[in-house]
Amino acid sequence: MAYLDLSHLEKSFGINHVVKDFNLSIEQGEFVSLLGPSGCGKTTVLRMVAGFETPNSGEIRIAGADLVGLRPNQRNIGMVFQAYALFPNLTVAQNVAFGLSVAGLAKLKIAERVAEMLDLIGLSDLGARFPFQLSGGQQQRVALARALAVRPKVLLLDEPLSALDAKIRGNLRREIRAIQQRLGITTIFVTHDQEEALSMSDRVVVMNGGIADQIGTPFQVYNHPTTRFVAEFVGTLNTFDVTVTDPVNGAVTLGETPLTLNRAIAAQQGATVTLAMRPEAASLGKGDLTLMGRIEEVQFLGAIIRIKADIGGQQLTLDTFNRSDLPPPAIGAQMPISLPASSLVVLVK
Amino acid sequence: MKSSRFWSYAAFFGGLLYFIIPLIGMFEFSLRKRRGAYSLDAYTSVLTDSQFQQTFLYSLVMALVAILIGVFLVVPTAYWVRLRLPKLRPVVEFITLLPLVIPPVVIAFGYIRLFNTSSMIPFLGSEFGTDVLLACGYVVLALPYMYRAVDTGLRAIDILTLTEAAQGLGAGWAVIIFRVILPNVLVAVLSGAFLTFAIVIGEYVISALLDRPAFGPYLVWIGSNKAYEPSALAVMTFAITWGCMALIQVITRFSKHTRTPI
Repeated sequence: MAYLDLSHLEKSFGINHVVKDFNLSIEQGEFVSLLGPSGCGKTTVLRMVAGFETPNSGEIRIAGADLVGLRPNQRNIGMVFQAYALFPNLTVAQNVAFGLSVAGLAKLKIAERVAEMLDLIGLSDLGARFPFQLSGGQQQRVALARALAVRPKVLLLDEPLSALDAKIRGNLRREIRAIQQRLGITTIFVTHDQEEALSMSDRVVVMNGGIADQIGTPFQVYNHPTTRFVAEFVGTLNTFDVTVTDPVNGAVTLGETPLTLNRAIAAQQGATVTLAMRPEAASLGKGDLTLMGRIEEVQFLGAIIRIKADIGGQQLTLDTFNRSDLPPPAIGAQMPISLPASSLVVLVK
Repeated sequence: MKSSRFWSYAAFFGGLLYFIIPLIGMFEFSLRKRRGAYSLDAYTSVLTDSQFQQTFLYSLVMALVAILIGVFLVVPTAYWVRLRLPKLRPVVEFITLLPLVIPPVVIAFGYIRLFNTSSMIPFLGSEFGTDVLLACGYVVLALPYMYRAVDTGLRAIDILTLTEAAQGLGAGWAVIIFRVILPNVLVAVLSGAFLTFAIVIGEYVISALLDRPAFGPYLVWIGSNKAYEPSALAVMTFAITWGCMALIQVITRFSKHTRTPI
């Protein structure tokens, strides 16, 4: 049994069925991200774990103990909010000490723990300041320290970086992950930012319409998406509709051009399926699957050159590394484009 | 442009004079008790009057009681309505506005009818019971101001997130209200408290009809029996009210956490 088990969770608000048969098992010390667009139910799942929402059905278990029915203040779960939620009337040190004093710890113990937490987030000198005297990044670090001070069983992070500017977001992302690994705390991180989810997580849960579309490591989710939604939501993606000509050998036709994937396709002969491929998997030049394409657009992005080409009436985007000795192709040129068969993913849903 | 500014200043100073001249006149009159010279005799007379001291102290205590009851009634109610029952807000607001449209005399006669000595709950049969009723009456009269002040204070903070943050840290409802919500709306609560104080100090109808030795009836009595002392009392009452308003400003200014974030 996993450390945190969410099984068959369902939640509706009126006629809106927000979370549908949601299942997730998280091991102790794991960092799992719930990734998805607005309204996909990721925050609702998090709030059900925290106890702020009650599931219509299903179970939430930590180390085997059922949490459903317990009030939020009985769960010992730390939460960091998008809006920081620091208590404006308390100093940084008092904010961090809040949960400890509620728990009735001795003053000396509280002071020790507060010092330890402020040291952990690198704000030891700012204990006497009020939240309004801190920057957004500092406030969010204090919120993290406050949540961790009570030594929670699970840490929940509800889009904690969304309100911060890009540079601070990048730094804080690394800090949060480092602190999580140092403390070995089981963490659920909610975000709509795929870069955050992919860079920080042990596993990513991609949510769509209240269900978990795919659960896997960042590598699996990015490179081997199992649904069209996951493929399109995580990263940039090329999709082609092809007709299956030989499902056993993986033969298809893209427009008039025959292609062989060298692996079986779970579809009937004559069916139309979608092939997906990341822009960085395709390259200019000949390879195992080569198609002729007409260059339509070239975008110079510094380290990367993004090229859009027309192949058999369908548009393909490909990314190549910028090389100073190799000028980008001319617009309108006919060029061979290589699609490695192994990087083509057949999307069934 | 210059012309419009002139008229703005003219309207401002016209209004200012309209308010201030009667006050200056009243103040000047209050200093003329001694024939042929300005003096503070009227003030001395009032301040040394034992009835003044008794009635003012009585109203002061009643004001503090009314403020306490008001805070304990309004803060949790306004908080709960904002947090869990937002649809009920218009209803609650309507109820809190009723004291503005129902005259105090109706409240007083309602109390007399409901709580007289031959009723089921004979509050008016004892001085303490009558004092309790009077304090409740003051709470009702101050309700529109106290509720609005607290509600405005609650609107300025994200009570839902603060509540959830406190709950996540193990806090129960009492801790949330007294350690998280109340300190963050303290300035608003104090505004409501000072307004309550100002209302109680000058209130006449309920205290007179319930026959309690409050400051309001004393003001009326002295106004019909003496010449200079009523003016001195009016000046002192104004000073108390302005002092309360100044205190609100001072507290707002020195309340560290209400400053603008960096």
